Amino acid sequence: MSTLAESGRDPALAWLECELPAGEGWTHELAAGSVLRIVDLHGNQAVDTLFFDAHNYANRYSAVDTIREQGSTYLGVGSRLLALDGEPLVSIVADTCGRHDTLGGACSQESNVVRYGEHTRHMHACRNTFLAQALRWGRGLDKRDLTANINFFMNVPLTPDGDLDFADGISAPGRYVELAADRDTLVLISNCPQLNNPCNGYDPTPVRLLVWSGA
Amino acid sequence: MHAAVDVPKLDLTLPGGGSLARVCRRASALTLVDLEGGANVAALLYLAKNPLERYCMPDTLKAQHVSRLTSGVALYSDMGRVLASIVHDSCGWHDTITGHTTPALLAARWGPRSYQQARNECRRSARELLLIELAKHGLGPRDLIANINFFTKVAIGADGELSYVREHSPPAASVTLRFELDTLVVLASTPHPLDPDEQWRPRPVGLVIEHAAQAAEDDPVRRACPENERGFAASEATLL
Repeated sequence: MSTLAESGRDPALAWLECELPAGEGWTHELAAGSVLRIVDLHGNQAVDTLFFDAHNYANRYSAVDTIREQGSTYLGVGSRLLALDGEPLVSIVADTCGRHDTLGGACSQESNVVRYGEHTRHMHACRNTFLAQALRWGRGLDKRDLTANINFFMNVPLTPDGDLDFADGISAPGRYVELAADRDTLVLISNCPQLNNPCNGYDPTPVRLLVWSGA
Repeated sequence: MHAAVDVPKLDLTLPGGGSLARVCRRASALTLVDLEGGANVAALLYLAKNPLERYCMPDTLKAQHVSRLTSGVALYSDMGRVLASIVHDSCGWHDTITGHTTPALLAARWGPRSYQQARNECRRSARELLLIELAKHGLGPRDLIANINFFTKVAIGADGELSYVREHSPPAASVTLRFELDTLVVLASTPHPLDPDEQWRPRPVGLVIEHAAQAAEDDPVRRACPENERGFAASEATLL
């Protein structure tokens, strides 16, 4: 999936617009029918994102169900992001990047140590941001809810031989992705602070978030 | 550390459509045998003493730069430790990115069949079986994670397109896990959701559980990459 599709939505009509600095988190209930746009302001910024059925957090985004049912490992326009019940939470309705990852997971202190060595243990990491957001949100969200995530704007190519790589991003300043909520959906975002691989171009940067109501 | 005990080898058969949850101890090995060929075994792994720590597909793949599982690959927890290593594999490719059957999928693809209709030939999806086994250990839907599909290959094309590979696993194909930490293993022997077979034909799987030597300094899985050396060290550090 590398089809590009621009959006006709007018930022002036968005009812919410904010900038999320690198290393920060954001939690938001997206009502059915509303649309979230994530703008990669400076290019090559991974935006780690979790989705939950707002009325049943146990029914959350499932990467494996999503890629199996769409028959492809990458996400793009037309991808329906399925929950464990097999029904979509949100769908990608516009995209000027062309490819998004959902197999690379979110960085953590522990995975950083495995991948890069002990000296990275105390670097900031997405799963710490997610835990902080979950604790702040409350309502029973905890570590068990940190399962599959999407890495918007991140490029993790898989090869027919069974290999996987973290490659330079294919995003660029100003590129964006838009998600329409198929039902009431809780969104958790960690704007990735990873400094040890090319997912953020070694320079994590802010993203802009806009929300339009469905009406 | 566990004292050496003289327990005989366990040799079990998991019938097609069956499920099982069992704690496999550090320094034991579990061999799965595809008795008839064409089996699929959905598998979940949790650290036995704290199931909040569990198999992590993304961490496993990115630590080792792989998108499939085979011999030489370590199975990582989400806390940076190696739960188990694949020390033998005659199959070459086991899937971990395409999930398992749900009741809705089974009904749509193969049609439901109740116990009342079919007695123990009734059809139950991997989702139902895994959740029942998890519930026996106090775990639930929030503990569902991306599973392994032993004996299944879903090939990945140049643009990420998926295609199920038929007859990937021949009769007597086998794969062996050596456990680096005490691990709760949950298995369901049900067809893969992309299996094109018009018949619902779950296959039986042999399970052999036996003692295994702990990973030596020059163990090929430990030495496969610097990441694995750190992952093994993290597992061993919990034994202090």
